[in-house]
Amino acid sequence: MNKQPIFAITLLIALGGFGVHVSASEWSGFVAVEYAYFPQSALDDQQFDQHNISFSAEPEFYHSWGNEHSLTFVPFIRWDEHDSQRSHFDVRELIWTHAAEQWDIRAGIGKVFWGVTESQHLVDIINQSDLVENIDAEDKLGQPMINLTLLQDWGMLDLFVLPGFRERSFAGKDGRFRSSPEIDDHTVYESGAKQKHVDYALRWSQTFDDWDVGLSHFYGTSREPRIIPTVTPNGLVLVPFYDIINQTGIDVQATLDAWLWKVEVIHRSGQGETFNAFTGGFEYSFVGVLDSSADLGLIAEYLYDDRGSNAATPFEDDVFIGARLGVNDAASSELLFGVISDLNQNTRFYSLEASRRFARSWVISVEARFISAEANNDPLFYLRHDDSIKVELARHF
Amino acid sequence: MNKFIGLWLLLLPLVVCAQTPEERGLEIALEADKRDAGFGDLSSNMVMTLKNANGDTSIRKMRSKALEVVGDGDKSLTIFDKPADVKGTAFLSFTHILEADDQWLYLPALKRVKRISSKNKSGPFMGSEFAFEDLSSVEVAKYAYRYVKDDVFDGEDCFVIETTPKYQYSGYTRSLVWMSKDKYQPLKVEFYDRKKALLKTLMVSGYKQYLGKYWRPDVLTMVNHQTKKETVLTFSDYAFQTGLTDRDFNKASLKRIK
Repeated sequence: MNKQPIFAITLLIALGGFGVHVSASEWSGFVAVEYAYFPQSALDDQQFDQHNISFSAEPEFYHSWGNEHSLTFVPFIRWDEHDSQRSHFDVRELIWTHAAEQWDIRAGIGKVFWGVTESQHLVDIINQSDLVENIDAEDKLGQPMINLTLLQDWGMLDLFVLPGFRERSFAGKDGRFRSSPEIDDHTVYESGAKQKHVDYALRWSQTFDDWDVGLSHFYGTSREPRIIPTVTPNGLVLVPFYDIINQTGIDVQATLDAWLWKVEVIHRSGQGETFNAFTGGFEYSFVGVLDSSADLGLIAEYLYDDRGSNAATPFEDDVFIGARLGVNDAASSELLFGVISDLNQNTRFYSLEASRRFARSWVISVEARFISAEANNDPLFYLRHDDSIKVELARHF
Repeated sequence: MNKFIGLWLLLLPLVVCAQTPEERGLEIALEADKRDAGFGDLSSNMVMTLKNANGDTSIRKMRSKALEVVGDGDKSLTIFDKPADVKGTAFLSFTHILEADDQWLYLPALKRVKRISSKNKSGPFMGSEFAFEDLSSVEVAKYAYRYVKDDVFDGEDCFVIETTPKYQYSGYTRSLVWMSKDKYQPLKVEFYDRKKALLKTLMVSGYKQYLGKYWRPDVLTMVNHQTKKETVLTFSDYAFQTGLTDRDFNKASLKRIK
């Protein structure tokens, strides 16, 4: 863990040396402190109770040579009071970009997002989730890649070679938001090449008037592991097993006046039985609500996975209902509330996120999660005591 | 039918003389459009200073690129540099005359390009007193016009014309525009809200001529009479015809920019 930053700093100094003439460098980023409160006692007595403090930093260095070449470096570091797995360092990005008229090429460690839906991101598969950051899986680990983008009248075609795999991060023994027992770090791979397996992906996307369409295929190590209970001399442990999969994805959004209609579908083979999964729904925007300048968006999505209750996901037949309030004030105040309800079992996941800016470069955000789960075959069952309220204070620069 | 054409030609001078206020208003708008046509593409830097009724200020810094589209609204790309927490956010817009615009937002933290609903042309831009529709491209067909009177504003001879938006979701019922007779550019605009009350006044100053033809201002000041808030928008580093093309205004370009 300690070698990476030194390597990166050396690289930056080296780069600074030949950054002459039409080059430009800049630093930006944030430092943040987070306090989390868990009202319920932990399920497992190894997990911490009630209070947790954590610090994080994500500086970003950007250097460009003219309009064509650029380098972006984004290291991330977190220190967590209790969870040793959550204290971690990652290179989110260290990527060189060459932009030409009809194509771009990127090489290094990068981040890519695919998809349109709000409640979960089925199609998005290039980067591994940094699950210790947040159980919403929106935070991603940096992925080694070579990415060629072709820009043509018939759309945008992205080709990826992905040398090297990142394991999903899971909470440690002392941490909250984990299964019981915790997930072991003795990862098992289907491929003999293990984490050195080279993966490939491509995506075509195009806009047709009000329609934005994406079609993608991925071949390689599944980002989502199967969790295998295994008996070891130390007792029962849960081992992540990463299959080699083929996944085809489709994402479509229709933007019709105040309606956004969104669909994501995946078809995955190689991970047990071949299966399909679907997320789809709408977001409807009310503008200038109650004679103010605020916008209110109502979101409804249906989440389906035809593996049913065998699915590794808790969202196999669920409905997401949410509301997004954008105040449109100088402080950029925002609020997002949502609940995902299982249609068959009495499991609900409530989430509330709010943020606003103050004193020019500070942002305060609040995140609350409430989980009610009664069925012990739902992955959320293990998180039923992990209701939490988190407050983060971030200084951007 | 044909035999009447001669008769119409005879009447033509009379028609011009008896020009209605609506025809006169449209004529001025068409002349303004003609004089600004052909700018091609334009890049500029923008600083927005938001002031509330207590005098507290906050700053936004942006870079903007626009591409002239003949026969439709222009394409534009805005990149945010300040406040620091939205640095790198980019906003791509294909404006249309009467239809809703096409808009995409790039969120750099997630690397996500989001197509967003553009129904909200009347909504505030970055929490400022400027609405999206105040900053989108000026197209003749967006409004109905009526010439009101001649006037002098800030020592300049002006036409005063009333514009009525045709777009059904506009936040305004009408605006009064003080249009310089010399530059054919607005010097002052009064905006009337959906209740027909005076909502905002825009003052435009520091016009300079570029490429011997195109007038662009240095400062726009928007005052909201109802909230007493004010936003000052200053422009700098205008660069015309730098060779931008459609390829600089697509979803891929959102991810490229910095």
